[in-house]
Amino acid sequence: MKYLDEFSDPELAGKLLDQIHAATTRPWAMMEVCGGQTHSIIRHGIDQLLPDGIELIHGPGCPVCVTPLEIIDRALAIAARPGVIFCSFGDMLRVPGSSQDLFAVKSAGGDVRVVYSPLDALNLARQNPDREVVFFGIGFETTAPANAMTVHQAKRLGVPNFSLLVSHVLVPPAIAAIMESATCRVQAFLAAGHVCSVMGTAEYPSLAAKYQVPIVVTGFEPLDILEGIRRTVLQLEAGRHEVENAYPRAVRDEGNIPAMAMLRDVFEVTDRTWRGIGTIPRSGWRLSGKYREFDAEERFEVTGIHTAESALCRSGEVLQGLIKPHECAAFGKECTPRNPLGATMVSSEGACAAYYTYRRLELVDAK
Amino acid sequence: MAEGARPVVEVTPTVGGLDFESWVCPAPLREIPSIVMGHGGGGAMSGELVEHLFLPAYGSAAARELGDSAVLPFGGGRLAFSTDSYVVKPMFFPGGSIGDLAVNGTVNDLAMSGAKPLFLSTAFILQEGTELGELGRVAEAIGAAARAAGVQLVTGDTKVVERASGDGVYVNTSGIGVVPDGVDIGPRRARPGDAVIVSGDIGVHGVAVMSCREGLEFGTTVESDTAPLHGLVAAMIATGARLRALRDPTRGGVAASLNEIARASSVGIDLVERELPIPQTVRDACSLLGLDPLQVANEGKLLAIVPAESADEVLAAVRAHPMGRSARRIGTCVAEHSGMVVARTALGGTRVVGLPIGEQLPRIC
Repeated sequence: MKYLDEFSDPELAGKLLDQIHAATTRPWAMMEVCGGQTHSIIRHGIDQLLPDGIELIHGPGCPVCVTPLEIIDRALAIAARPGVIFCSFGDMLRVPGSSQDLFAVKSAGGDVRVVYSPLDALNLARQNPDREVVFFGIGFETTAPANAMTVHQAKRLGVPNFSLLVSHVLVPPAIAAIMESATCRVQAFLAAGHVCSVMGTAEYPSLAAKYQVPIVVTGFEPLDILEGIRRTVLQLEAGRHEVENAYPRAVRDEGNIPAMAMLRDVFEVTDRTWRGIGTIPRSGWRLSGKYREFDAEERFEVTGIHTAESALCRSGEVLQGLIKPHECAAFGKECTPRNPLGATMVSSEGACAAYYTYRRLELVDAK
Repeated sequence: MAEGARPVVEVTPTVGGLDFESWVCPAPLREIPSIVMGHGGGGAMSGELVEHLFLPAYGSAAARELGDSAVLPFGGGRLAFSTDSYVVKPMFFPGGSIGDLAVNGTVNDLAMSGAKPLFLSTAFILQEGTELGELGRVAEAIGAAARAAGVQLVTGDTKVVERASGDGVYVNTSGIGVVPDGVDIGPRRARPGDAVIVSGDIGVHGVAVMSCREGLEFGTTVESDTAPLHGLVAAMIATGARLRALRDPTRGGVAASLNEIARASSVGIDLVERELPIPQTVRDACSLLGLDPLQVANEGKLLAIVPAESADEVLAAVRAHPMGRSARRIGTCVAEHSGMVVARTALGGTRVVGLPIGEQLPRIC
């Protein structure tokens, strides 16, 4: 991975920044969709170096942040059951449900385990045939192929004690929902490079045309982000609204064809609730009928759990780019990474956590 | 570099009504009625446990602060006293084992007060069913590490818990050392203008352990840096420079140690990201897992706060020692942003380097 250093080169970054400054003649508001990009922008101080007129609106692309509260509560209910091994990626353990998190369930005796791949959870199921092993399958199109492959393998190998708690969400319907919002200020999108590495770019030209917005597929290293911003500014200044791929080392227009075939087999499109935003039609995946037997929600009969968000938390407006994290009255007071009211303060990719962690110096002025 | 980096604004942790102390409340440990893994992570939650539970319970029986080691007056001189428990999983990892950590960790806690470590105790809590061969390897590692560090193992204890009550081998070591006359090192002594020095590559131990953790095995050439540091500290003291503060950045990494010094001394600390010695292998592993190398544990490195006028001389002494060949000056203590650590990024921006909350959690994607 040594080549990654080249994508953080300060000299090259300086040249890109000079070009962005030179090209910018008026204010523009663009949204970076992906939480990984938000984290990188704040972590490297990229937003501090841009022209004053360029506003980066932080989008809803953090998989931890948008997983709805009721899914978290269902996860907690399943994880607390005796005989269950509940497997999750690490950063879901601290996401607050309505009363606790997975760390608390683990502390109370639940068998909650951090894994680094859903296939590890499948192996656990095969090693523990007398236990029910559940994997918490959340995220965007980026994490979905591995989850799909795991369920496919569970069926192929006949592993009846494995199931998936699914809460997958899709980027293009979210872009459409943001643009349809009456309060939308977004004039361009930096599309999430890793999502496009799976799905390609086919879904974006119609969005760019319908909403008259440039969409630039962007990576995650500092130079990737600056190049995405540079191309976006050039389009905005020229009045163009095209789909561009500024991340060609990872993204092909046609996407990852075998992965997409697997996704079509294992999942089907469904309406999904996004934490803090609400229900977006046809914006997620659930297991298709062929694989429904591996659906943890049905297996453990937790579909009846419905819960409400904290009235103080304005993460929904943050996720839609309507307010900056520090414009929420609870930011840094009732709501900190140590005691988060909403998921945007939990995940390191959440906009609130990124602001709290890296930007405390400037935010004092803003309050 | 294009212009545009905004000047750093001076703040205190609670300016503007923002609770940047990350929650200090009159009700101890609210929201969490029982111990969770984060309470042992060496970050903010560990500190809260001490502040809100242990110290109130101990009352007047407790010293004012419960640091990694205590310096105690004794017979006209001063003793350093420290204790630490080791629960690392897996017990054996590239470059070392729980036995090496049990000796070097406590030796280093003593060394960070400037002491020459002399005597250690070893107390084992063993899970029923632990293989004697494994325990023997741990014991041999403890003996070898003690001989290498020049300390004597003088007392100990062994307890066994039922199979379901433990997880292999837990080791506690306590240690005593002697603090030389004239040495006055502590976390409250940093002053604006002081230099911040690190003795070598950071994040190595944490990555070595993670590389062989169940479910995460990844190929790496990284080996733990576990090593005793009292010889290096003695070489620094021998320069005659007035060392202000020393810390071995174990749990919570460089970020936790520097935040603790900044808060204890009421100074800000400015780091220069480009000067941080982070090996490529550590960068890559952290990049894959979504971790910050500044928050990853070290077991054979120290951070030193020294007066600016002594910085070059101390740095030269550190580099001349086998344990400090790749030492760097990584930052400066400042009067601004008291209690906070701020890094200037390679691109010219700034970011706050925070105290980790609890356990470091690998990211989803």
